Amino acid sequence: MVVMKPELAFGWIIPEIVITLSAVFILLLSAFRRKNDIGRLAGGVSLIGAGLALFFTCRLWNSDIDIYNGLYTIDNFGLFFKALVLVISLLVTLLSLRYVEREEMIKGEYYALLLFGILGMMIMVSSNHFVTIFIGLEVMSIAIYVLCGLLIGNPRSAEASLKYFLLGAFATAFLLYGIALIYGTTGILDVREIARYVTSGNFLITPAFMAGMALLIVGFGFKTASVPFHMWTPDVYEGAPTSITAYMATGVKAAAFGAFLRVFYTALYPFLTEWSGMLWVIAVLTMTLGNITALMQNDIKRMLAYSSIAHAGYILIAFAVGDRIFSASILFYLLVYTFMNIGAFAVVILLGRKEAPNTGIESYAGLATRHPMIALAMSVFLLSLAGVPPLAGFMGKFYVLSDAIKAGYYWLAIIGVLNSVVAVYYYLRVIMYMYFKEPEGEIGRMDLSPAYAVVIVISIWALIHMGIFPRSFLLIARESVNIFM
Amino acid sequence: MFQEIPSGLCLVLSGIIFSIGAIGAITRRNVIVIFMCIELMLNAVNLAFIASGNAFSSMDGAVFVFFIMTVAAVEAAVGLAIFVMVFRLQGTVNADEVNLLKG
Repeated sequence: MVVMKPELAFGWIIPEIVITLSAVFILLLSAFRRKNDIGRLAGGVSLIGAGLALFFTCRLWNSDIDIYNGLYTIDNFGLFFKALVLVISLLVTLLSLRYVEREEMIKGEYYALLLFGILGMMIMVSSNHFVTIFIGLEVMSIAIYVLCGLLIGNPRSAEASLKYFLLGAFATAFLLYGIALIYGTTGILDVREIARYVTSGNFLITPAFMAGMALLIVGFGFKTASVPFHMWTPDVYEGAPTSITAYMATGVKAAAFGAFLRVFYTALYPFLTEWSGMLWVIAVLTMTLGNITALMQNDIKRMLAYSSIAHAGYILIAFAVGDRIFSASILFYLLVYTFMNIGAFAVVILLGRKEAPNTGIESYAGLATRHPMIALAMSVFLLSLAGVPPLAGFMGKFYVLSDAIKAGYYWLAIIGVLNSVVAVYYYLRVIMYMYFKEPEGEIGRMDLSPAYAVVIVISIWALIHMGIFPRSFLLIARESVNIFM
Repeated sequence: MFQEIPSGLCLVLSGIIFSIGAIGAITRRNVIVIFMCIELMLNAVNLAFIASGNAFSSMDGAVFVFFIMTVAAVEAAVGLAIFVMVFRLQGTVNADEVNLLKG
């Protein structure tokens, strides 16, 4: 671990710099050009920016360095999550190219905020210091509060924005009070220093410290959409523009789990016995409630929202197990989850039109006869979400559940398996509608564009590849969690 | 002057303020009042940071407060814009009446 002088450190944050500059460039473009012709240009700039940032992030792999007096850390764990959110931003930007035109959103601001959100996620996952984690979290959240309401004139979108804003700000206050209590008992804000201090022997765990830990779980639980802090999820996911729903379901969840893992597996790891029980209960509640409520949904966006809650529950299984090597399966799960969710939302976007979003399950009736390829793609994503081999969703669940068994958490594993059996029902229901139901009325011509095809093909390829050869991806995840050793 | 107040009492006060804010945010129905309650919670956090920073004679707490105040200002700007947008579209900012999305 080397500590560098601040002025020398710009080489380490090139990805963040590239993203910031692209976002500012797009904002300037939209200020100086007429609004209606900027869509493709802004989309192109954000694709190039995210691509470059991804390239530089991969170049930095295997570095382990603290910069800016320990406020920022470049390590494999952070780089893994940075690469993941950059892939998410590339896929979401591709999805948005046609979607923002169709929904007549404000294009310049849309892409700029998308990039600022990514910037927040990148900052949040690559710091060991509470100040930087908080700043990253807020940069991300504030961008997304606005993005949720960007369907101008649509009251549902405005309402989603309002709900996400109020509950997000509420959750932030809890997270901050948790940090304040931990700071109040230790006097330290750096998570590794806290770990060193609490294990040094002259620290006695106090109720205030315990309360701080619980409040941190509440704060991160909101961002990762875990029960009982999930109330906003279905409403916000339903009301927000569909591309932003995909972005929130994958990006926000990944970044929040990244910071959550880093704090709990470093600073609070000595208190594993205290928080593991809490997370055990949250994991069971999250899986069960997510899956059971998803059974009753007739709107596909709401169904996917509850399914994303359930998937957070599966991830929390590996989290509650609390073994540092096993946490690699969390990273692998998040990677797999990203592709299957973005793919499913791509199909949802494809079926919608401006005047009719077509998110009801009956819109999918008879899709297989009219658009067999799209129905096939949707089936792949849904089967992967359900965890059917040989798709990657199965491997993700397999690693998480086998970790729980290896660590002796048999009940958690059994509840997880039962839950994934329940989940098969509502995923197969959509497939049943697509293949065995007669269409009710004409859905109209579909708004096909090559960008959607690119996203769908990449996602399917990734799911099949990671399902059949998961080993290399798991090894990358193992290298990332090495920082906890 | 400030040194004479024990930091434990400041933490208790901040806990009380935080609880008032949290209860208010849950029970009130006007979104602007809810937002004010959230700001109250943030100020309780600030007080806790200042008090503990003072107790440990460390600057970290005071610096964190500056970041929290900045973020609170940004949140207020974005939040009020969202409230205006909702009011224009639905004619109300009462949390019970803004219910197009059933949860």
